[in-house]
Amino acid sequence: MKTIYLDNNATTQVAQEVLDVMMPYFRDLYGNPSSMHTFGGQVGQRIRAAREQVATLLGALPEEIVFTSCGTESDNSAIRSALTTRPDKKHIVISRVEHPAVRTLCSHLGMQGYKITELPVDKNGILDLENLEKSLTPDTAIVSLMWGNNETGVLFPVEAAAMMAHEKGILFHTDAVQATGKIPINMKNNVIDMLSISGHKLHAPKGIGVLYIRRGTKFSPFLIGGHQEKERRGGTENTPSIIGLGKACELAAKNMAQENTNVRKLRDKLEKELLKKIPQSRVNGDVENRLPNTTNISFEFIEGEAILLLMNELGICASSGSACTSGSLQPSHVLRAMGVPFTMAHGSIRFSLSIYNTEEEVDFVIEKMPPIIERLRGMSPFWNQKGQACTNQ
Amino acid sequence: MWEYTDKVKEHFLNPHNVGEIENPDGVAEVGSLACGDALKLTFKLDENKRIKDAKFKTFGCASAIASSSALTEIIKGMTVDEALKVSNKDIAQYLGGLPDEKMHCSVMGKQALEKAVENYRGAPALESGAKIICECFGVTDKEIERAIRENNLSTVEDVTNYTKAGGGCGGCQDAIQQILERVKAEPKTDNKPKLTNIQKIRMIEETIEREIRPSLKQDGGDIEIIDIIGNRVIVAMRGACSTCKASEITLKDFVQHRLQELVSPDITVEEAAK
Repeated sequence: MKTIYLDNNATTQVAQEVLDVMMPYFRDLYGNPSSMHTFGGQVGQRIRAAREQVATLLGALPEEIVFTSCGTESDNSAIRSALTTRPDKKHIVISRVEHPAVRTLCSHLGMQGYKITELPVDKNGILDLENLEKSLTPDTAIVSLMWGNNETGVLFPVEAAAMMAHEKGILFHTDAVQATGKIPINMKNNVIDMLSISGHKLHAPKGIGVLYIRRGTKFSPFLIGGHQEKERRGGTENTPSIIGLGKACELAAKNMAQENTNVRKLRDKLEKELLKKIPQSRVNGDVENRLPNTTNISFEFIEGEAILLLMNELGICASSGSACTSGSLQPSHVLRAMGVPFTMAHGSIRFSLSIYNTEEEVDFVIEKMPPIIERLRGMSPFWNQKGQACTNQ
Repeated sequence: MWEYTDKVKEHFLNPHNVGEIENPDGVAEVGSLACGDALKLTFKLDENKRIKDAKFKTFGCASAIASSSALTEIIKGMTVDEALKVSNKDIAQYLGGLPDEKMHCSVMGKQALEKAVENYRGAPALESGAKIICECFGVTDKEIERAIRENNLSTVEDVTNYTKAGGGCGGCQDAIQQILERVKAEPKTDNKPKLTNIQKIRMIEETIEREIRPSLKQDGGDIEIIDIIGNRVIVAMRGACSTCKASEITLKDFVQHRLQELVSPDITVEEAAK
């Protein structure tokens, strides 16, 4: 069975070009980049090139790029550094829809005595900057807001938010794990202090991330050890993955236009057709202001895990914000923060595309989804024979 | 990804008995849209009062659908009394097991079955004396107690996995902990091996020594075993107890209660003639 992968916000396929540049560094060129000999030193040169490739995608300086092990490490490093370098400040501002890498960290910090403000979003998942303004106090150490939401794709005005924080002398971090490579980012045009990237969301392998740290920003490392990454992140470099990520960033810059034309077109077609063919369905999140590859659609009166497993039978991969898929008993914190009714949140499916998806794949999904939804609704006590919602429920 | 057994997958992909029986003998709806799962069960009896047909409609995940399908298969051919003996464990076992986090799906099946039988018998829908503990998912103390007993649960997390209680706002987790402690303190009569007379006498002596005498002594009283005849324990109250007007109450509500709890439920305590 062919796999139709529409779960690219979870992870992406490593690009062939990326894999090709990585291969020599596993076995043949295995030297340690810190070594004095040429055998290791040549790997060090290759890492410098990768750092430049990443910097180019972000409009950053190479020295502002620190390689980490993943997006979560980058997020943790940024927030912890802000607290360490500003020990007198005990307040952190985030949003209610942040990724667990930020949200769970902050709830732990909350237990250690830090004050956490979680900014609300409206029903479309949009952040009101007025609320941010009001939340900032002289005690605020850092504001951390995601650029693009992983579940809905909704974009936050992080550049404006960073300005607002800066005016009050507060550090600003953004989790740009989903946004990087999908929308243009130019660090020359904003005042964001720190920014997190994850390799495996842009066709590099898992286990590699980046923390961008603006030049001049005080930084206290999370992993303390050797002098790697200018003593900002100890630990021997993950050389094949760093080199792979460099290539992936180069490809992302090249494919950005395609991401915003072809991928967007496919996403829009999928969304439009599903809404047209399937009654009682709706999109979660602002449709204008979002990543070009993501759509989050709720099918009322049925449950997301059951939908996913029937899709799975046909080789179609996606995600759900239902309670049953999260391991907890409540549906996605993002959908709840947006006030999506439980009846809708339980039946939410996230489709996230990439440049590798084809129109044939999207057409196949458009053809297969309506009978799946109909089949489960046929089993649902909230859906009657006439194909309508039972209003007394 | 959940580790579902082949049997769960089979009953999810090709569920048996989907639908609603017209003019059913028993009908029940449990769960809600807000909970994330809900089940409507209908059944019809034949002339011998056996379940001739059972059908379900379920809103929920794969294991909720599979559990409903399994339930309808299990109860077909049973009398309602036999069906009431089907436990959530039986449903899970029929499916070759369910992940811990999904056990509440089998409990939902059990609840629907009980409610449908109550409906058939014309009994009230809510268990008498039951109190809602978990507001988020509408779970009562009786349901929690039963899940703890039948599945030998020991933590709040277990209870959440089996009943959903405590999985929403978490506000009732303390109350669940209290129920756990209460049920844990209950005597497990079924599991206790039969005692020989000697063992029983020794246990009664030990219990009085360890559990009862210290409390009485605090109040300046004491107790002495005079005789043990079968399950009758004859005692004499000493010290302050011997003149206390409430000693009768102490004897029944405290001494007898503790002995029943810790030794055997058949024990009675009597005061020796003064």
